[in-house]
Amino acid sequence: MVMIMGIEAENKEIENSMRETARKLLKEKEVDVIIGYTKGTVPLSSAPIMITKEEDVDKLIWNNLCYVNLAKYLVPKIPQLIDPEKGDLKVGIVSKGCVGRALIHLSVEKQIDLENIKMIGIPCNGIINRKRIEKEIGEKEILEFFTSENDIIVKGKGFEQKFSYDEYINELCKVCKVKAPPTLAELAETCVGECKEISSVDDDFEDLIEFESKSSEEKWEYIKDSLETCTKCYACREACPMCYCNLCFVDQNKPIWFGKTTDLSDIIVFHLVRSMHLAGRCVACGACSSVCPVGIDLNLITRKLEKIVKERFNFTSGIDPKKTPPMMDFRMDDAEEFMLEED
Amino acid sequence: MTLQTKQEEKINEEWEPKIIAFLCNWCSYAGADLAGVSRIQYPPTIRVVRVPCSGRVNPYFIIKSLMDGWDGVVVSGCHPGDCHYLTGNLVARRRFAILKELLEFFGIEPGRVNFMWASAAEGERFATLIKKATKIVKNLGPNKKFEKKW
Repeated sequence: MVMIMGIEAENKEIENSMRETARKLLKEKEVDVIIGYTKGTVPLSSAPIMITKEEDVDKLIWNNLCYVNLAKYLVPKIPQLIDPEKGDLKVGIVSKGCVGRALIHLSVEKQIDLENIKMIGIPCNGIINRKRIEKEIGEKEILEFFTSENDIIVKGKGFEQKFSYDEYINELCKVCKVKAPPTLAELAETCVGECKEISSVDDDFEDLIEFESKSSEEKWEYIKDSLETCTKCYACREACPMCYCNLCFVDQNKPIWFGKTTDLSDIIVFHLVRSMHLAGRCVACGACSSVCPVGIDLNLITRKLEKIVKERFNFTSGIDPKKTPPMMDFRMDDAEEFMLEED
Repeated sequence: MTLQTKQEEKINEEWEPKIIAFLCNWCSYAGADLAGVSRIQYPPTIRVVRVPCSGRVNPYFIIKSLMDGWDGVVVSGCHPGDCHYLTGNLVARRRFAILKELLEFFGIEPGRVNFMWASAAEGERFATLIKKATKIVKNLGPNKKFEKKW
């Protein structure tokens, strides 16, 4: 589809139908507020926006830089979404596949009520890996950005560079199997716009084979090199729709489990425990990597988490609201090949 | 061979790992006790922490231990189905499975963290498994990757 139409045309089409649906929802008072994306203040970015009036609908945009997972704005509840008299407002939320997955998983964890929510489904066509483009551009300042037929074009003072779209989209989007939000059988009216019926996700995790065949030492070197620059700003945590704990383990000071320094040991521990907490919950939206100010690529870990829960527990997060997530469940006959046994 | 490397080799030969063992109160702790009263020999590498159940063992404990410089971690609980609290060890098992795979993925030798089941009647088994765990950790050498340098 991308090949025939070109990304620009496709984006426009998605944008138009999204605005149409949003306008209709606001007009018919089906929702009180719509959360969506709008133009960012700097090039290579987008910003979230909340719309309550019909005439503001044209502020909504869709392009390949809408990397924020909007489900984040629902949990914990923010004052903008609560009416002092009516209680919880009805929210329409612009949902690419991973936002839809996040919403479904949050409802499984009883954090949101899907009855108050309308998913404005859009068939996402991939998010650009802006960190990679920024790295390639280097010191020069990016002033303008647009997509053409099949390319991403970045302009600045005295330079113009073309990037292939297929090459420079997010690693997670390249292997994404859930482009549009999954439909729900018992809550069919939750999905408006484009939603797809998905019963199970087949994935061969080919992209992980190369890394997994490395030796322990090589893996450590790679992980060390990629995480070393982490400044522990916790932007990844803030952007993650699944990180909603009142008190995060890194903020706890009674007891202080793990240090707050940027010592390598503390960094590794943070990412190790963070991924531990996201096992079976991560919806692979890639927001964590997109917001990292030092450009750490966490996609590899994300993929591994997906692989572990898929292979061990045959579970994919945010697809089926009736399935219990693996870490909330147990079975007598779980695999235990890793346990120490007598010879 | 220089004198220094000779000395180093000698140290390595004599080096014994330090392993922290989280034993569940109802099975493994009693199992360790049985191994003791039955005078079954096993290497004096483990330092025991008694926990109510293997389900009490938060992954933080394990990661924190490695961070604090322990060479290995052993977590031992009741056999599946025998848990004093009925399902504590089943919950723990899922957690351990994921932790072990993640450690391996991060390039931290997965052999440093060992999980086992040992009941109160299995003193022999407890000793054998501790011997095995000690051997695995000894082969890996001191835990340097993870240790926090203060």
